[in-house]
Amino acid sequence: MAIARVRLPPNIKKGDVVEVKTLVTHPMESGQRKDANGQIIPRKILNKFVCAYNGREVFRAELWPAISANPFITFFLVAGDSGSLKFTWTDDDGSTIEHSEEIHVA
Amino acid sequence: MIQTRVWTIAAAALAVVCAADAADLPTPKIPLPADGSAGSYKTEPVTKSEYKDKKSAYAYLAPETKAMQDDDFSNPASLWLDEGDKLWTKVEGGAGKSCGSCHGAAANLRGVGNTYPKISKDTGKLATIEDQINYCRTERMKAPALKLETQDMVALSMFVMFQSRGLPMSVAVDGAAKPYFDAGKTLYYTRRGQLNLACNQCHEDHAGGMLRADPLSGGYSNGFPLYRLAWQKAGSFDFRMQQCYAQVRATPEPFGSEELKKLQLYVAWRSNGLPVETPAVRR
Amino acid sequence: MDRSFARDQISRRLVLIGAAGVATGFVTIRKVAAQAVHPGAHVEWLNKLVGGKKATPGKVKLHIPEIAENGNTVPMTVSVDNPMTAAAYVKAIHVVTDNNPQPQVASFYLSPANGKAEIQTRIRLAETMHVIAYAELSDGSVWSDQAEAKVTIGGCGG
Repeated sequence: MAIARVRLPPNIKKGDVVEVKTLVTHPMESGQRKDANGQIIPRKILNKFVCAYNGREVFRAELWPAISANPFITFFLVAGDSGSLKFTWTDDDGSTIEHSEEIHVA
Repeated sequence: MIQTRVWTIAAAALAVVCAADAADLPTPKIPLPADGSAGSYKTEPVTKSEYKDKKSAYAYLAPETKAMQDDDFSNPASLWLDEGDKLWTKVEGGAGKSCGSCHGAAANLRGVGNTYPKISKDTGKLATIEDQINYCRTERMKAPALKLETQDMVALSMFVMFQSRGLPMSVAVDGAAKPYFDAGKTLYYTRRGQLNLACNQCHEDHAGGMLRADPLSGGYSNGFPLYRLAWQKAGSFDFRMQQCYAQVRATPEPFGSEELKKLQLYVAWRSNGLPVETPAVRR
Repeated sequence: MDRSFARDQISRRLVLIGAAGVATGFVTIRKVAAQAVHPGAHVEWLNKLVGGKKATPGKVKLHIPEIAENGNTVPMTVSVDNPMTAAAYVKAIHVVTDNNPQPQVASFYLSPANGKAEIQTRIRLAETMHVIAYAELSDGSVWSDQAEAKVTIGGCGG
């Protein structure tokens, strides 16, 4: 299953404040739902989201079950050097979803 | 005489309990916008059905949901489209082929999805997009069929239908398709379930009205497979039909059943002319 | 007073007491089920995050639709009018609700590297309720905003 999408605007110049859009596949099981037998389906969500720009953390989010499934998160960052953005989503079970996106700055 | 009085008092006590219980239930109210406009929902009493105006359910969405559908990046269904794109070029099966090996670029399928369900050239029977995908996989790719409503199948059928986005729905209901069309039409107008409701009673007689707090659309199929906020995932026409059946307390039909195929052809015919919106977002 | 009359009186009293007991039981159980989190839980959580500092309404703008299309997926934008320079920036934005099973929604941590303090996401609201945002600035001040979304009982399919 396709895991993550990231969108940066085109034609980024140094110093631009650009919007970073992210979307990731995850059911974000809240721990409130019950299965067909009436048993609670245990909570399993992405509880952390971090973006590092050329190795330096530029955005961090702590997430709770009140975040909808297939989390959509957007934030801004100041364009510096060209390089890469690394996105890491951490699941309750410790596993991570990682996605890298190149950033070209004129 | 004493006994009667005891029962009366007990009944009164029970009534008090029930009233106190009911008082805890929330009473949702839809606020009307102060400027007198209808906001994002119709608030006039239903005097005539909007069926004849044939509005896609898109027209009844809140502005935020419309924006979600319109933005190709942030449409939650785009995650399934990405997966469909990957599956298109994935080599699978004994023949060593992918979808793209025969079809070339997926864009070559523009104008195909909006004619489904249709009579298959290969089998002579009515086929949905899922049927055709599985026929190609088993007969041409020598790969196993995809199970209906799995993420892969929804992703691939969504990806195929997406190629026809913007084109009008145009299914054929003549010739070999006529018996299926007639059967589908009968199904549409047949009451079912404990609530004893037929599709037309909501989607034709009351299209444009309100069902509790939700606007009722004409029940067209031009957006499938779609992302439903209530599902928190993408699903096909059959997935939605299972819920429609369950909601009138009828025995749900299994995915891919003959009955659902006939119904899908009829509903697609009713949707003819509406632009394909796949992947739509609905509440 | 003959004995049979007294017995009837006692049994009538027992029925009334029993009915009252059942009534109390019903109401209590219903109330417990309706509130999975105690009121004010969101305030406790926010106080914990900002070290008990008082929040002043302003500077933060929280935007959610007035009526949620579906409580499962409610688009939310939170922004702070702030230059985001090394001298003055937003350190964190915390979002909570006052009527969900749990009060926390998310906490976002920012720095001058962001350039603009604006975040969009989609949240879940179990029913009509308030969403509250707290913004912590680099100068130690805390600002807040609040918005209400109505979540209705759906017609078909929830």
